[in-house]
Amino acid sequence: MTDKTTDHIALPEGSIEKKTNTLNLGPTHPATHGVFQNVLEMDGERIISATSTVGYIHRAFEKIAERRPLYQIQPLTDRLNYCSSPLNNIGWQLTCEKLLGIKTPKRVDYLRVIIMELARISDHLICNSIVGVDSGAYTGFLYVMQYREMIYEIYEEVCGARLTTNIGRIGGFERNFTPKAWKRLEDFLDEKTGYPAQLREFENLFTRNRIFMDRTIGCGPISAERALNYGFTGPNLRAAGVDYDVRVHTPYSSYQDFDFTIPVGTTGDCYDRFLVRNQEMWQSLHILKQAYKKIQEFKGAEAEVYHADSPEFYLPDKKDVYTKMEALIYHFKIIMGETEMPKGEVYNSIEGANGELGYYLISDGGRTPYRLHFRRPCFIYYQAYPELIKGGMLSDAVITMSSLNLIAGELDA
Amino acid sequence: MALANDTIKTRLTQKFGEALSQWEEPYGMLTFTAPKDLNLKILQFLFDEEELRFRFLTDLQAVHYPNDKGRELAVVYHLHNLVDNVRIRFKVFADIEKPDVFSATALYQSANWMERETFDFFGVNFIGHPNLIRVLNVEEMDYFPMRKQYPLEDQSRVDKDDDMFGR
Repeated sequence: MTDKTTDHIALPEGSIEKKTNTLNLGPTHPATHGVFQNVLEMDGERIISATSTVGYIHRAFEKIAERRPLYQIQPLTDRLNYCSSPLNNIGWQLTCEKLLGIKTPKRVDYLRVIIMELARISDHLICNSIVGVDSGAYTGFLYVMQYREMIYEIYEEVCGARLTTNIGRIGGFERNFTPKAWKRLEDFLDEKTGYPAQLREFENLFTRNRIFMDRTIGCGPISAERALNYGFTGPNLRAAGVDYDVRVHTPYSSYQDFDFTIPVGTTGDCYDRFLVRNQEMWQSLHILKQAYKKIQEFKGAEAEVYHADSPEFYLPDKKDVYTKMEALIYHFKIIMGETEMPKGEVYNSIEGANGELGYYLISDGGRTPYRLHFRRPCFIYYQAYPELIKGGMLSDAVITMSSLNLIAGELDA
Repeated sequence: MALANDTIKTRLTQKFGEALSQWEEPYGMLTFTAPKDLNLKILQFLFDEEELRFRFLTDLQAVHYPNDKGRELAVVYHLHNLVDNVRIRFKVFADIEKPDVFSATALYQSANWMERETFDFFGVNFIGHPNLIRVLNVEEMDYFPMRKQYPLEDQSRVDKDDDMFGR
């Protein structure tokens, strides 16, 4: 080895021994939270170089999607970033609607915003509390976990599922939100007993905690320029100081109707990423309150709207299927995947929980996509990991990985 | 003032002339096709030009068109100007027998794994890539699975004994 960093190690003359150790971190390691393998070259406890191996849970979604009608692709998107499946689902629905030219009513947009912001909170709270766990503070994780449970109960009330939600349909939701769902949302948003109080408590535990600050400040930093060059998006890019947020730059689902700010950091280290995520949770709560208020303003028939009028792609009511010829035909055609879609190519992106989640869909006018590509934010920014951890300690590598919010399902598609 | 698609088109045409073709704007995104030898020059021009500033590589992937003889593989670049918030897309086509395309890794670090993924699934050979090996599939694999000649299993096939799987 002629690497300068190890020159201080003196080996006997003529020794064939390596000056460094090779350490295999992963693929199944308690500190990696998912199937990640990194082969580290170590000098003592310092990392000299790292090689990442990915693909352990690759499931060929892009290939499978080429044989499926649009609505059957939605369950595949659940399994990308499984900490915030509703975001993937709704992103996919928005892509399909863009291709098919379906206009959704305002109420549907606001319902979607509620679900998406809940999903963002549930993703960020996991990520931030795991950063805490990896720096030795288990308590915060246990504190916020029950509030993720509350979010999952809202999903459950809306769509019946919790983790891989398959929430909503092309054109809107499969059913209206029940009074119970609204009650649960109110409980979640309650200032005294709901999530805001808990988040404040969580911040009290961490934000100015000397041990936590010493562990995370200056750990795994990246400059704005490098971050852009590496294709960072989402909270990780914003922590480096670039205020790019798809919700603001290219508003979708009526995000332009909401008032919120984009938190940015400066150094792009673990601490800034932590702070940006925390602040985003506050912004999400702020958006949720506005959306709930806007929903309540709908009166009369408008207050019952939960899907767009697009009979070719949105399943008709069951009682209509039994009594109306037209509804029966549409029902059959949708279920059997026999609806042709227009020819075209569309790129649509949403602000996923960990970055810009893009869908590039090419249709040749058939019943299934000709080509579908997922722009998975973690796959793109995980490349920077060896650069982020180089020269640092092994324990810093662990904390950097958790603060990047890498989700194996999304990484490997 | 936001950057208009027409301005981008004019600037590119001034620089590259008739080499760029098939100008389209599907769903508002300016799309064009370029000769594959020019891909790096276009990326560099879009990056450097003060007016254009396309300095963020959003996405890079390939599409296989088996019926388009001599230009079966399309490599698609999605670029984003974050200042003016404009996106463009351009494609280069390569022959499947000799799918050589210049690598964008020198300009964008993010292209590294995206090109590896494209190589992995379509077999596009990126010239100048520092480490062009498979990224998601196993290294022993000797074909490129996203090409259209490898169909998914036919759901209606009858020659397979599915008793064990309850289908």
